[in-house]
Amino acid sequence: MTGAVARLPAAARAIVEGDRRVLARTITAVENGDPSADRVVRSLYGRSGRAPVVGITGPLGVGKSSLVNAIVGRLRSLDQTVGVVGVDPSSPFTGGSVLGDRIRLERRADDAGVFFRSMASRGAAGGVAAATREVARLLDAAGFDVILVETVGSGQVDVAIRDIASTSIVVVVPHLGDEVQTLKAGLFEIADIFCVNKVDLPGAELAKKDLAELVTLGGRPSGWAPPIVGTSTVDPTVGIEELWNDVVAHEKFLDDSGERTRGERHRLSSEIVGLARDRIGRELMARLERDPALRRLLDGVVARQIDPRTAADRLVRHGRRSS
Amino acid sequence: MPRAHGAKRSPIRVLIAKPGLDGHDRGAKVVARALRDAGMEVIYAGLRQTPEEIVRAALEEDVDLIGLSILSGAHMALFPRILSLLKEQGGEPIPVFAGGIIPDEDARKLKKAGIRAIFGPGTSLEEIVSTAQSLARRSA
Repeated sequence: MTGAVARLPAAARAIVEGDRRVLARTITAVENGDPSADRVVRSLYGRSGRAPVVGITGPLGVGKSSLVNAIVGRLRSLDQTVGVVGVDPSSPFTGGSVLGDRIRLERRADDAGVFFRSMASRGAAGGVAAATREVARLLDAAGFDVILVETVGSGQVDVAIRDIASTSIVVVVPHLGDEVQTLKAGLFEIADIFCVNKVDLPGAELAKKDLAELVTLGGRPSGWAPPIVGTSTVDPTVGIEELWNDVVAHEKFLDDSGERTRGERHRLSSEIVGLARDRIGRELMARLERDPALRRLLDGVVARQIDPRTAADRLVRHGRRSS
Repeated sequence: MPRAHGAKRSPIRVLIAKPGLDGHDRGAKVVARALRDAGMEVIYAGLRQTPEEIVRAALEEDVDLIGLSILSGAHMALFPRILSLLKEQGGEPIPVFAGGIIPDEDARKLKKAGIRAIFGPGTSLEEIVSTAQSLARRSA
């Protein structure tokens, strides 16, 4: 055991040393916002950032889970280990969910090189759960060579995967819409790679052509031109090698162009600000409920004597004074 | 690490799987849907699972509860195997319940072996949901 590992909290050390049961339990604790996970997550951060995190996103029913299975197969044939997070929606009514991404996973009961975890979105918008980023990091710290994150079936504005993934694959199928759909903002803007799945269906060539035209109108601001790959759920070998080679090429582009560091700085700054905002928000909410002067402020807004913007100004000033 | 159904009442996670070779999954789907509507997170593993796959999924997904559906008649071979794998690999026991066509005599033996509840045809969904809830909460 190296010194650095020995200094980790026991659960973190177990995760680094390959204890899958502790990994699974820690993921649950992270999902539940359980304080017992806090030290583990903090202590393992320095061990993340090594594996490519590949996002697989696209509308419901395009074959994301099947594609994930095919990619897992490809990676195992290359002798790479894989951690997978599959996100499915939670009910806005009951909070319950049916997590069915695992169903496409080929049987690998005795393969320690794959770890698959299903996750419910638990009310988060954007296509992933609030805990998905930290869970992907845990898998990274646990030593998996590649992390795959499959999003909820996404709509046009579900682009949260770009805050987590180093490479985002946007999956579509033939006949999703005409070429004007490809011009619209949102989902299609975040693609590092386009995947036309079910390429054996009629209309596949047109779908690829529409995407190719989109790419010629201008690639990503980084200068990367997203490749377009056709894959098939009927024959899961079609296009998978090419798809994975494109992921590798994109990861190399991120390193060579300096885009990885730029992207990381951007993503991490919004993560830090987001965490700080959550905490400040909770504190301000608690004060608003506790502090008599602030409760009177709220009374004033309820009575339409003070407007919410003015009240917010006062709350912020109050927060600054007392911090 | 302690299991986490703490102050915030985190959702119960339950694995629903069909061991063995029969292809009749309507019962499993109806139960999955009912547990979902009761606010649980249901990992639906689907058809034709081996005991090894079921146990692996239960541990990776860190479920509070496992529900098995079987209509093939192979329950006396498959269920004890699942229970013994869980004991070998699991550490803490995860409660297992089952549903399907299971003769009373077999059901008695299986309960003795550690299957916590067995539901035959005609059981109401309310009964399945409330049993699942109490099994999961008791183990938490």
